[in-house]
Amino acid sequence: MAVKKEWLAMLLAGGQGSRLYTLTKKLAKPAVPYGGKYRIIDFPLSNCVNSGIDTVGVLTQYQPLVLNEYIGNGQPWDLDRVDGGVFVLPPYQKSSGSDWYTGTANAIYQNIPFIERYDPEYVLILSGDHIYKMDYAKMLALHKEKGADCTIAVLDVPYEEASRFGIMNTDETGRIFEFEEKPKQPKSTLASMGIYIFTWKKLKAYLEMDEQDPTSSKDFGKNVIPAMLEAGEKMYAYPFEGYWKDVGTIDSLWEANMDLLNPNVELELYDPSWKIYARNPVQPPHYIGSDAKVQNSMITEGCQVNGTIDFSILFAGVTVEPGAIIRDSIIMPGAVVKTGAVVEYAIVAEDAVIGEGAQVGARPENTPEKDQWGVTVIGAGAEIAAKATIPPKSMIEGKA
Amino acid sequence: MIGKQVLGIAFSNMRDFDLGKMTAHRTIGSVPFGGRYRLVDFALSNMVNAGISNVGVITQTNYQSLMDHLSSGREWDLSRKRGGLRILPPYASLSGKGEYRGTLEALYGAMGFIRHSTAEYVVVTGCDYVLNIDFTDLFEAHEKSGADITVVYRNKNIEQKEEEHGTVFQFNRDGMVNDVMVGPVLLGNRNLYMSILIMKKSLLESLVEDNVGHDRYSMRRNVLLAKYNQLKIYGFEYKDYCAHIHNLNSYYQANMELLIPSVRTVIFRQDRPIYTKVRDEVPAKYGLSALVGNSLVADGSIINGEIENSVIFRGVHIGKGAKVKNCILMQGTIVGENVTLDSVITDKNVVIREGRTLVGFETYPIYINKNNSI
Repeated sequence: MAVKKEWLAMLLAGGQGSRLYTLTKKLAKPAVPYGGKYRIIDFPLSNCVNSGIDTVGVLTQYQPLVLNEYIGNGQPWDLDRVDGGVFVLPPYQKSSGSDWYTGTANAIYQNIPFIERYDPEYVLILSGDHIYKMDYAKMLALHKEKGADCTIAVLDVPYEEASRFGIMNTDETGRIFEFEEKPKQPKSTLASMGIYIFTWKKLKAYLEMDEQDPTSSKDFGKNVIPAMLEAGEKMYAYPFEGYWKDVGTIDSLWEANMDLLNPNVELELYDPSWKIYARNPVQPPHYIGSDAKVQNSMITEGCQVNGTIDFSILFAGVTVEPGAIIRDSIIMPGAVVKTGAVVEYAIVAEDAVIGEGAQVGARPENTPEKDQWGVTVIGAGAEIAAKATIPPKSMIEGKA
Repeated sequence: MIGKQVLGIAFSNMRDFDLGKMTAHRTIGSVPFGGRYRLVDFALSNMVNAGISNVGVITQTNYQSLMDHLSSGREWDLSRKRGGLRILPPYASLSGKGEYRGTLEALYGAMGFIRHSTAEYVVVTGCDYVLNIDFTDLFEAHEKSGADITVVYRNKNIEQKEEEHGTVFQFNRDGMVNDVMVGPVLLGNRNLYMSILIMKKSLLESLVEDNVGHDRYSMRRNVLLAKYNQLKIYGFEYKDYCAHIHNLNSYYQANMELLIPSVRTVIFRQDRPIYTKVRDEVPAKYGLSALVGNSLVADGSIINGEIENSVIFRGVHIGKGAKVKNCILMQGTIVGENVTLDSVITDKNVVIREGRTLVGFETYPIYINKNNSI
């Protein structure tokens, strides 16, 4: 048995992220690049470490290769520890058979033996799909203060958007008395962020119970939380204030990146007391050429920029040749934008090549039919021919 | 890959005094360079890229910044169970003051570490060159030549007398050294020693013991100069770009030369990367009024002013309306609004307050001490 831990985190990273289409064809959603040098999973992992959690299980299932390699021994997040650290937990074969993770609750159920090794009092359940900075220790403090069985982090969302979320209805002490999944007429605006702290003994009991129910879809939001509410367990909402964004769609991924360039958005990455850690590429500082023009942008190591960059994010090792123009776009690691090419409102994935003089995407004001406008996506390794025109809202894989 | 056959030794303190105030609180190996590196990174990365996984770094004084930079050696993949990085501060040297007078005396102090290694060969290098050299090539040339020692040199046509202190070789037809001059006037066509050599570990051990026993301490004078007739010393020419850092001027020029694309191609090769300490910085951010040309910019910087022909290290802030030209701004430099800087080197965490103007000249840059505020 390992050394006992007060709490540990289980990070659900098996999601396919199918609404990111080509961007998640070869990698799981938590491994999608974000913000110039990060991947989405850097946010929950860094939050864990900054909150004082030293044991994290990362549950993988869909396309785990990139994620496995990226997490490695956990050293970039200071999670290479003598006791605990980060563990990648794929489904595995047991004496009584083997199963894929059939739902979020089932994924945790299948890893009860892992959790039991640390004999924790509390377990934090996280998803690897969100960009936010949060001190989980404050949430645990509330959980302990209330003597709760389960604490759910909630965000106060605008009333118009509330029907897109799982909504928590609470009394004046913050105790949850009702949970409604995507209600048509929401009674409150407190949306679940998919971040839960459970008292482990309670959770274990409910997971085992849920597993016996053949009609259950083995999901926290659909099954476990409602079952606990019905049984009258003590469940509290932890109100979170600050930036939080689900990056589940092309548009929201694009927006979340652009938010980094918006001075009015409260996601501050330049905060030494709450650093977001990432596995760093080994590349020299980026070079801005004499004829380049760079404004309102984020650029990282290894880039060679000789064109015009405006309101854009360049990941490591991107090459922008002379005369190329990149506006309102996200260019992922190793991509090349050749001479005279114009990239507007686009996400260009890793190692893609935009040929000379090509036009990728368009500004909304230059698109006559508004419903035909959208962010253009160029898939990993795709090659766009010289002088080609890729219309807005399209998605390109391979050669075009 | 020459791997386990070769032990690496890097001298981080060779000729500290040449860089004046910049090395008042650090070794030459820990002098910041090229936006995110320290000079020792080049020596260590060259070794690691050739598969050398056991490296000793010999230090003398002011080595705290070096220890902070190198730590366990993990960033260079030198945090190993077998071998890995070993920092060798001075101890039990003959002078008794914990300081050594020359390379041989320093190696004598590290003899325990050297003897313990099972490697057959030793590569010894300084930290005063910025270069990307393949030590596998050096090793193979040494083997092929049948020499006792192989020294690395570069050929240079020197038109103006330089203040540089150097060791100069002449070679016979077989490429063996047949003349050595230590510290001559540097003018004309010269073969300059680059403070890198390879030899059998057993030979190094006996040379160190014999010389130190006779109170001789200089590798250049007491081995290369005194023994080139008795030992076969082969010259290995390094032909690619390199920069010798031997005073503030050459430090400044070497940084500026990184702005030339062909220089970066040679120094920052993808197949032989230069490793350095990771600082988990955010990508550099360019504001509305940023205007940047021909410059290297490291992560963590926030640019709101104009920059031209400059090297900007990690975490530098440039205020609105500031004009920075021909400058090297080290980590954490804060340049206030409407500041004008030309040909200035700021050391770490320098603050230039709003509206100040500082102008040096390209051949005589102004240097501002660490933590100073203007």
